[in-house]
Amino acid sequence: MIEIDGLTKRYGDKAAVDGLSFVVEPGVVTGFLGPNGAGKSTTMRLIAGLDRPTSGTVRVNGKHYSGSAAPMAELGILLDARSVHPGLSARNNLLALARTAGIGRRRVDEVIELAGLAEVAGSRAGGFSLGMGQRLGVAAALLGQPRTVVLDEPVNGLDPDGVRWIRLLLKSLADEGRTVFVSSHLMSEMAQTATRLVVLGRGKLITEASVEDFTSRAAAGGGVLVRTPETVRLGQVLAAPGVTVANDGTDVIRVTGATAEQIGAAAWQAHLPVYELTPTHASLEEAFMQVTRDSIEYHAGATR
Amino acid sequence: MSAPVVQAPTTASAPALAPATVAGPVTQARVVRAEWTKLRGLRSTWWCGLSAVVLIVGLGAAIAEGGAPYKVTAANTAAMGISTSLLGLLLAQLMLGVVGVLAFSGEYGTGMIRATLAVVPSRLPVLWAKLIVLAGLVLPVTLLCAVADFFTAAALESARGGSVLTLTEPGVLRTVIGSALYLTVVVIIALALGGLLRKTAAALTVFAAVFFIVPIVVGALPHSIQELARYLPSNAGGALWGNPLSTGTLLSPWTGFAVLCGYAVVLVAAAAWRLRRQDA
Repeated sequence: MIEIDGLTKRYGDKAAVDGLSFVVEPGVVTGFLGPNGAGKSTTMRLIAGLDRPTSGTVRVNGKHYSGSAAPMAELGILLDARSVHPGLSARNNLLALARTAGIGRRRVDEVIELAGLAEVAGSRAGGFSLGMGQRLGVAAALLGQPRTVVLDEPVNGLDPDGVRWIRLLLKSLADEGRTVFVSSHLMSEMAQTATRLVVLGRGKLITEASVEDFTSRAAAGGGVLVRTPETVRLGQVLAAPGVTVANDGTDVIRVTGATAEQIGAAAWQAHLPVYELTPTHASLEEAFMQVTRDSIEYHAGATR
Repeated sequence: MSAPVVQAPTTASAPALAPATVAGPVTQARVVRAEWTKLRGLRSTWWCGLSAVVLIVGLGAAIAEGGAPYKVTAANTAAMGISTSLLGLLLAQLMLGVVGVLAFSGEYGTGMIRATLAVVPSRLPVLWAKLIVLAGLVLPVTLLCAVADFFTAAALESARGGSVLTLTEPGVLRTVIGSALYLTVVVIIALALGGLLRKTAAALTVFAAVFFIVPIVVGALPHSIQELARYLPSNAGGALWGNPLSTGTLLSPWTGFAVLCGYAVVLVAAAAWRLRRQDA
């Protein structure tokens, strides 16, 4: 379990994380979403005690992490920036971490096998591709069989096989009763693996919800596209509380709050011709974009 | 991972017992083992260490072999003869300085420090472990080198008709052991600089400046300032092993060594402070 309470981290004037509070429960995979620069990585560094919060607290499994007697039993973390020594072999990188907790070579070989690195275990990590480096980082996070696993963008640079491996891994860790907290800027990826979502924008909590909630919210946002020459009259016929009709001046209107069946039946009763009736679903990606729109730090090619 | 998962699919609401773990508590001894794993796993350690050995013993032999055979007199003591044969120390300290600096700054440069501190969140054991491992490696190795250098030089000198040099003559044993003590403290200073400055280039520049450039610059300054030259780390430590390139009046051997240790203590304390207080 990770409990974050009133967490703020400033670098100079800029607040990377601003008054963040949420709880990550064990037994499920929790996705940590947000656009680039939202403060996800900073939050994860604060969880691991690498950075000191300006204010607020983080507790891992009910304790302050920096005071844990057996840190590797509590938390395993993969950070987004590389944190391996390129001059050391993959095995020695892992062994150096394992030694601090009295973990032996057998377990090191086990995670090497698990991460699919057996063939390159003796090679220097400096020569690894992004994907292999990522596998090594995940292996390091799993080394101590920690109660809480925190992974920053674990699928970054992985091939489809690796992505599938991560998905299954996260689920099995959660099934074992561990706390699994995974960041991503890809909503679609999270929708397939996570049960709960924590969405961050500009260092602030935007929403905390189950993936189901988020999905249904996304579906409701879509509406039905109707092409008809009688846009104004159809709008009047459909008028009801909770139904909105948007007309952009063409012969197509977007109706939200009513199903395609309801619209079709209403049009038929009012003897209004309908040429096209198209239910649309905002994708998860769109819902995510909608939620985070106001908090995106860097707009690509911003035209403001 | 551990046992195959044979759970009913609906266990989400079951209270999570603490899952199995293989990780034990962090102890200083375990962190020392971890740091030894890193140090011995790096090629730079072996290359720099080998160069240091060759420089101390090889250069010593070359010096004993060249020049006029060494005659012990009142002005040229046996200890001074051995100090001269240990001249390779001055180059070896650069090699060992690189190992010391890299042991810390290398972790910041590569990002490994984040992994290191994430598994030892109390942090200070990492610094102590690096100190123990480096000192534990450098002291015995340089001591062996110095002893080898002594016997090589003594054998070569007597073979060439110089005086017979023995470990029992005044100051000789101190010079031999002192050279190893000097190098060990110098490596600790290098390590502390690496941890304090975090950047390899910055730490190596400061290290080289303090041990190689500042002594030369100070030697060219007015006499009133040269008085202070004996408190420079290289001259203070040089008093213990009789650095033949030190000029002016030196501190007494053990006072000088104490001053050198003082620098090391201050720098290690500063590195500890930064490690503990600042974001990684």
